Amino acid sequence: MELKNEVRDALFEFLLRLGDDRLILGHRLSEWCGHAHSLEEDIALTNVSLDFVGQASALLSLAGEVENKNRNEDDLAYFREAMEFKNVQLVEQPNIDFAYTMVRQFLFDSFNLLLNKNLVESKFEDLAGIAAKTIKESTYHNRHSNQWLLRLGDGTEESHNRTQKAIDDLWIFTADLFYEDEIDELLISEGISFSTKAIKDEWENKTKEIIEKATLTTPETKLFDRGSRKGIHTEHLGHLLAEMQIVPRSFPDAKW
Amino acid sequence: MVISKEHILQLLEEVKDPEIPVINIVEMGIVRDVQINGSQVLVLITPTYSGCPAMKTIEDEILDALYSSGIENASVKKTYMPAWTTDWITEEAKQKLKDYGIAPPGKLESDDFLGLFDKKIECPFCKSNDTKLTSEFGSTACKSLHYCDNCQQPFEHFKCI
Repeated sequence: MELKNEVRDALFEFLLRLGDDRLILGHRLSEWCGHAHSLEEDIALTNVSLDFVGQASALLSLAGEVENKNRNEDDLAYFREAMEFKNVQLVEQPNIDFAYTMVRQFLFDSFNLLLNKNLVESKFEDLAGIAAKTIKESTYHNRHSNQWLLRLGDGTEESHNRTQKAIDDLWIFTADLFYEDEIDELLISEGISFSTKAIKDEWENKTKEIIEKATLTTPETKLFDRGSRKGIHTEHLGHLLAEMQIVPRSFPDAKW
Repeated sequence: MVISKEHILQLLEEVKDPEIPVINIVEMGIVRDVQINGSQVLVLITPTYSGCPAMKTIEDEILDALYSSGIENASVKKTYMPAWTTDWITEEAKQKLKDYGIAPPGKLESDDFLGLFDKKIECPFCKSNDTKLTSEFGSTACKSLHYCDNCQQPFEHFKCI
């Protein structure tokens, strides 16, 4: 597909947003390796992590091709600063406990599935291909986090309270999932992307339905955009990047 | 030397899936196409899962296999469309999986991949259907964990996608 310069720039930015969401969430989940409450769950969390890192690798590699400045997925993952990351703040929030991790996952997985079911129609074939792959993986992720939400919310008093606290704390980060600016407008007009307004209601209805079924409550907080897509982050991203980037930054071009 | 697609595919059948060494990458459906242009050979492969850590090894082994058969001008390219599905695994390969101790995937029946979890997966060891799902995520991205109540063995199932 031939791209005009301004479309190329917008597409690069858009692919960073998509890729960074998955890279940072994948890294957060990998922190559970060896720490989960059961072997099966440990394996599940790291499996999901691997899927996200794989999706990020495909998206950032594509971003590098689109940018055409000789940067590959590793350059983009390891040699950018926090302000250059365009992920939503939701995915950089720390694991805290299993309830937090699962609520964060639940909010993102349901969004991810709907998003990719639309992106698969993109006129930009490479992106549509990655979306088709993601739908399959995301279907498993979504079922996993949905089931946990029900079990934790409708479980013991302790699990219910912890899950409610996680929802209360993380809900404010969901507005940024539906942020749209001139980059999106341009890509929508080119048929490369689509408006997330189209999935917002569906996402909200589905999410609230599960929360209610889990005997939990959706917060009434008024939501506002927190600037994630412009590179504004919470303090947690810097710490995450320090750990994720230390090896390639200490030993650039190391091979193993 | 005239290079034919059939010959290349035969060579690629020698490349095994590094995680399930009884199956080759052609019968797994990982090899999507072979394009030949004079002495240049391009092999198109697709990942089973986005994060499949075996992809790099598979790429290297394809190049090794072709190079050692005198095809020096080969390259490998990843493709994502259409997305890999367990329906591309040949019947013969599914039997090999079973013999290896992994319950093979059934036919893809629905978009939510629930079909097989609703039904009982047959235990690859004792052939009993008295089994249960332990987890939808297993030792590799492509497998789920099950338990056989009959022979009381845990086993893995190659899950549908």
